[in-house]
Amino acid sequence: MSSAGNNGRALPRAGRALPRAGRALPWALVTPALGWTLLFFVLPFIAMGFSSLTAHEGGGFTLTNYSQFFTNPSYWQAMENSLQVTAIVTVVSVLLAYPFAWILAEQVPERWQRLALMLAVLPFWTSYVVRSYSWLLVLAQNGVINRALTGSGLFSEPVQLANTRFATVTGFVHFFVMLLTLTIFANLKQLSPSYRKAAADLGAGPVRTFLHVVLPLTLPGIMVGAFLTFVLCIGDYITPQILGGNNELLMPQLVMMQIGRRGDFPLPSALSIILMAVVTIAYLACARWLKIERA
Amino acid sequence: MSMKSESRNPLSILKSHLHAACAAAALLLATGAQAADLNALIWCDHSDPALLQPFEEANNVKVNVKEFEGTGAGLAIVEQSQPGDWDVMVIDSIDVPRGVEKGLFEPLPEDKLPVADLFPQVKMDGSTVVGGKRYGITEKFGYNTIGYNKTKVDPADMQSMAALTGDKYKGKVAIYDYYLPVIGMAALAIGKKTADLTEADLPAIKAELLKMKANAKLVGEVTASQTALATGEVDILVGGGEWVTAGLAKENPALDFSIPKEGAVLWSQSLAMFKDSKNKDMALKFIQYIMSPEGQARLATSSCYWGMPSNTKAALTDDQKKILRFDEQPGFLARAQAYPAPNADLDKKMQDMWTEMLQAK
Repeated sequence: MSSAGNNGRALPRAGRALPRAGRALPWALVTPALGWTLLFFVLPFIAMGFSSLTAHEGGGFTLTNYSQFFTNPSYWQAMENSLQVTAIVTVVSVLLAYPFAWILAEQVPERWQRLALMLAVLPFWTSYVVRSYSWLLVLAQNGVINRALTGSGLFSEPVQLANTRFATVTGFVHFFVMLLTLTIFANLKQLSPSYRKAAADLGAGPVRTFLHVVLPLTLPGIMVGAFLTFVLCIGDYITPQILGGNNELLMPQLVMMQIGRRGDFPLPSALSIILMAVVTIAYLACARWLKIERA
Repeated sequence: MSMKSESRNPLSILKSHLHAACAAAALLLATGAQAADLNALIWCDHSDPALLQPFEEANNVKVNVKEFEGTGAGLAIVEQSQPGDWDVMVIDSIDVPRGVEKGLFEPLPEDKLPVADLFPQVKMDGSTVVGGKRYGITEKFGYNTIGYNKTKVDPADMQSMAALTGDKYKGKVAIYDYYLPVIGMAALAIGKKTADLTEADLPAIKAELLKMKANAKLVGEVTASQTALATGEVDILVGGGEWVTAGLAKENPALDFSIPKEGAVLWSQSLAMFKDSKNKDMALKFIQYIMSPEGQARLATSSCYWGMPSNTKAALTDDQKKILRFDEQPGFLARAQAYPAPNADLDKKMQDMWTEMLQAK
């Protein structure tokens, strides 16, 4: 088509201009990543899909593993709990991380920013399990917070903080605020000061500039961070297991329960695929929203 | 039967090959295994160097151990391994038939093991002997009962399971997060025999479990529940016993356990040898060592958790016997009931009931 123009002479297409070795180079570069994804994501995912359609007792095709999720209120409750906890953690983490990232990017002098960032991510350097157990000690009946509350006379009896949803959310938020701070900070640093200058020239005050210029321009960074938080939080087993006291089950705990004694792999496979479907829906919503914003 | 149908399925073949490759790689990476080594699938109490070193030195062999929790997880590791990868396995005594059914275990030579020296009640021949052949030998046992801090609660109250559901200790209770023994305890509390449980008993047991949950601050696995009791977060552990209190006796002598009037649930763990072991002589030597008076004492007082040795001739010191309440065992055993051993269908229903209890507000 396009090659048919120019007085009937065919123009060489870009691809034809490249030598054979040059055309192979992009594939060669992308092959390791493709191979990795195929080996460690696609194949295990297919195996899990087949497993989810297999009966635990006696083998054979079945949809029971999926139907159990929709018919057993306890299983459904686990999904509800997971979504609630994840939503709370994501919102709280964003609300805490944004001002923190803002202060780092805008208020802290340039030469101190690297040190401040390093301090912000310092908790990443400790083990996730150790961090969760540390929170258990802080929130326990005889922990730092309860001793402060009873010692100051605010409460006569210790408050139950450990082994609750509050403890689970606290453990998660501690971790994800750091993650979100990094993504939002990067976004804020990329924002050209010209936007704010232009807004000021047009008569906008600091609040209006933030609400109508800075915030919309940093929303992609927030959304990416929030999505990462959502994905990592909804699939996490350690934090609710250590801090939640099993007073409610989240999806990863429900998945693990099936394996321990009964060695039932088909049902957890189905539960994991359902969980993955939820994450995919969240991703599609996030991607669509970002697309609309950019349009 | 299920193995046959799986073997015809190409996906299952692919899966099993993938599993086998992964497990073999994991075994090699994790343990640096050699053919002459002994490879043992174990619970954490067998990983104590104080238990393994004397055997390794005496036999010039390296014992490679892999810990697991729950029979299902253990059997999954075996299924994902090559035949011959493993030599011995620690397993719940009631689950020995599951391994035999899968064709995994080798009959043990009774004449070469101190079977006659075991406490008669813990031989568990109903589970460890299948088709007239012994496939497992009980090595350690104890009770899922009431563990408590005697300085915080009235020990007299701990003589009845009613204390677990009454208002007096509301918010001071933790529940051990393993459905079978605690369901067994709930059954005992309402006057049911653990060996006779059927699906018809589940509604009443569930009601009892929900009452326990309403009093509980947490439902925790081994470490969490033990920590909660030891740190004073709770004063009572439903499902606790010597496995929680004995190991902490020196640091926290206030911790104790009772066998209430309704009874307690007897847990027991067995050793089994793999049919495909390439090192059966050494595997038998290992089992003989664990069952010897010295091995039994070391296993009973393992750093991971203490428990009663099944061999009456275990070389425990007087102090250790006192902590384990060795001399009271005949009375305890007379009042203890078997670990619930449901079939696959009832097992699933029990686990679902446990899930409902965990989700209850």
